[in-house]
Amino acid sequence: MTSPIAGGVDCDLHPALPHLTSLLPYLNDYWRDQVTTRGMTDLESQSYPPNSPISARSDWRPVKGKAGASLRDLTTQALDPFDTSIGICNPLYGLQMVFSEDMADAFCRALNDWLAKEWLDKDARLRGSIVIPIQSVEKSVAEIERCARDSRFVQVLMLVMGDMPLGKRAYWPIYAAAERHGLPIGVHAGSNYHNPPSSVGWGSYHIEDYVAQAQAFQTQLTSLIVEGVFAKYPRLKMVMLESGFTWLPSYVWRLHKFWRGVRMETPWVDRAPMEIVRSNIRFSLQPVDAPPDPETLNRLFDHMQSDELLLFSTDYPHWQFDGNAVLPDGLSPELVRKIMIDNPYATYTRLGGAGSKESAA
Amino acid sequence: MNVQFRPSADGSVTAKTAIADCDIHPARRSMKDLYPYLAKRWHDHLETYGGHAYQGMMVGPPYPKAQPNASRRDAYPPEGGVQGSSLSFMQQQHLDPNNVALGVLNPLNTGQGLRNQELSAALATAINDWQIAEWTSKDSRLKGSVVVANEDGVASAAEIRKRAGDKNFVQVLLLSRNVEPLGQRRYWPIYEAAQEAGLPIGVHAFGFGGNPITASGWPSYYIEEMVGHSQCQQTALASIVLEGVLERFPKLKMIMIEAGFGWAPSLAWRLDRVWQKLRSEVPHVKRPPSEYIKDHIWWTTQPMEDPERRDHLFQTIDWIGWDKLLFATDYPHWDYDEPSRVLPAGVSDANRAAFYLGNARELYGIA
Repeated sequence: MTSPIAGGVDCDLHPALPHLTSLLPYLNDYWRDQVTTRGMTDLESQSYPPNSPISARSDWRPVKGKAGASLRDLTTQALDPFDTSIGICNPLYGLQMVFSEDMADAFCRALNDWLAKEWLDKDARLRGSIVIPIQSVEKSVAEIERCARDSRFVQVLMLVMGDMPLGKRAYWPIYAAAERHGLPIGVHAGSNYHNPPSSVGWGSYHIEDYVAQAQAFQTQLTSLIVEGVFAKYPRLKMVMLESGFTWLPSYVWRLHKFWRGVRMETPWVDRAPMEIVRSNIRFSLQPVDAPPDPETLNRLFDHMQSDELLLFSTDYPHWQFDGNAVLPDGLSPELVRKIMIDNPYATYTRLGGAGSKESAA
Repeated sequence: MNVQFRPSADGSVTAKTAIADCDIHPARRSMKDLYPYLAKRWHDHLETYGGHAYQGMMVGPPYPKAQPNASRRDAYPPEGGVQGSSLSFMQQQHLDPNNVALGVLNPLNTGQGLRNQELSAALATAINDWQIAEWTSKDSRLKGSVVVANEDGVASAAEIRKRAGDKNFVQVLLLSRNVEPLGQRRYWPIYEAAQEAGLPIGVHAFGFGGNPITASGWPSYYIEEMVGHSQCQQTALASIVLEGVLERFPKLKMIMIEAGFGWAPSLAWRLDRVWQKLRSEVPHVKRPPSEYIKDHIWWTTQPMEDPERRDHLFQTIDWIGWDKLLFATDYPHWDYDEPSRVLPAGVSDANRAAFYLGNARELYGIA
């Protein structure tokens, strides 16, 4: 394994909300009453069945409760072992599955307040992503505006599978707000299950849903690029979280080839797709979908033709690696520094740059 | 990949090395071409109600193609009709000048993916009779694909058994997009019959099963559909592996047609990695998924992966195996791959020969 270096930024941590009722202190009377009177169940998504071997590493499972629900566990298991200075929290609570935009809005506001109070307030290394009520673009923009006042929120979080492809113009006010506040859009694996979880329908198994996340990321990149999101918002960064990245080179070859063939259809795409990826798209390191030999991995890095695309992540508490082998074998020291420090700070401008954080660490 | 405006070849047979073309699209001038092979009832039905597919358009595709009929503008036959509808012009423009020794026909827009299953089955039988009568019996280089009413496994199996042993056919044709992912049980009778008949299954990109072409709903553009076929194919293949189809039908061979091949290594690595952790959910998948893919899956080449650096292409093919690629042009479609320009310099003679012809001959059992 390659050794991590101190001062890194972990871009994909998943603090778990213990239960829907944990949001009660952050809800108004009406919604508190709705949750209790209607006996609403916990909004846990089947993207990550709680007992699935990939939903939490066995040695990261607490005796009681959800993995990732304890601040102490998260800091001692995910931050301390790698001398991480900054950890970005991406709550994966199933609010995107809700159908009512009013309910989603109330719950998202509560979740973001919960994150600030129970996590960000308690450990200075933690930063947050703003979970938005994607059921309403207007309410999503309002929530971004509300949370952006707190500089500890460094990203807006969306799921890779939703009602519409992410490039669709209806979503653009969200991207405008994010760009305005220097917030990258984090696109995380997962679905609201309003569409079949694959482009060929409903599979039978959890493992199929998980494998299909990678294909969902591919179609979303196509949508974001060809709809012209980055022509309109050139300073906007999007981070693909838990997407895998080894599919990127061959995916871009195909997109590039068809773009050359039919670019008359989307004339606003005035740069080659790979150029757009290099300037606007980033990927979390985990999972590394490659065999564990350095030669293959380094060939893949060569195919990616950039050392600026990957951002360090543990994906805590999900299983992606064992022990402390968060970095795959064969990374050069230069690439380790890029992945762990330089690339994340260049992406998340709200972190204020590497220098200040390193001295703080 | 660009629209072809080249003047037609003069038809003279050159000294070019013989090739296989594993994806040729013969077209009907109109649906009426199938009437001789279709009961009168269905003529009336089609004219009254249309095909009733899993998509909304009465005529034509939901995403307008880049070119009329998605085909080369120089491929209109001189005697009239749509591109790909004339055998003599196909011979003159493509088969003869490119020295195609084996051409595999993949008829599209047939009866696959219709909601009316009886009509779908009748059209499948008709298109198979039509392939023999109009194409394979007239040019021995051409071989047909057994088109099946894919959503009706029992009817499909019957059609496959009917064609078993008929040397006019070299594979069974499915499309990647169906009502359910291709590994699902409703399609198993197709695999069972194909294995029994010793016919590989060709899975061609496209089709309509009612599912949006992304897991996030319908995108806006034709390019998204075209690029998206690769993602559909990946998911369809994952379903085939994870449902245990290749464990259950161990002699089955499958060909991924017109959906790229560069994604295969990454998909296989991802499958292996997750399977290690989640195999208790799929105990019927007994070996690492990559092994099933390695043993059972072939890929056609068009549209050819086209990275800036050819060593990236060669490394990718090394991961897949030079013995697993089948050259294809996609004639007469607009994104046709020109045989002489597809493979960069630097490939050994043996690999080149396998790529252009040897692999196809071996897989399809054509001497």
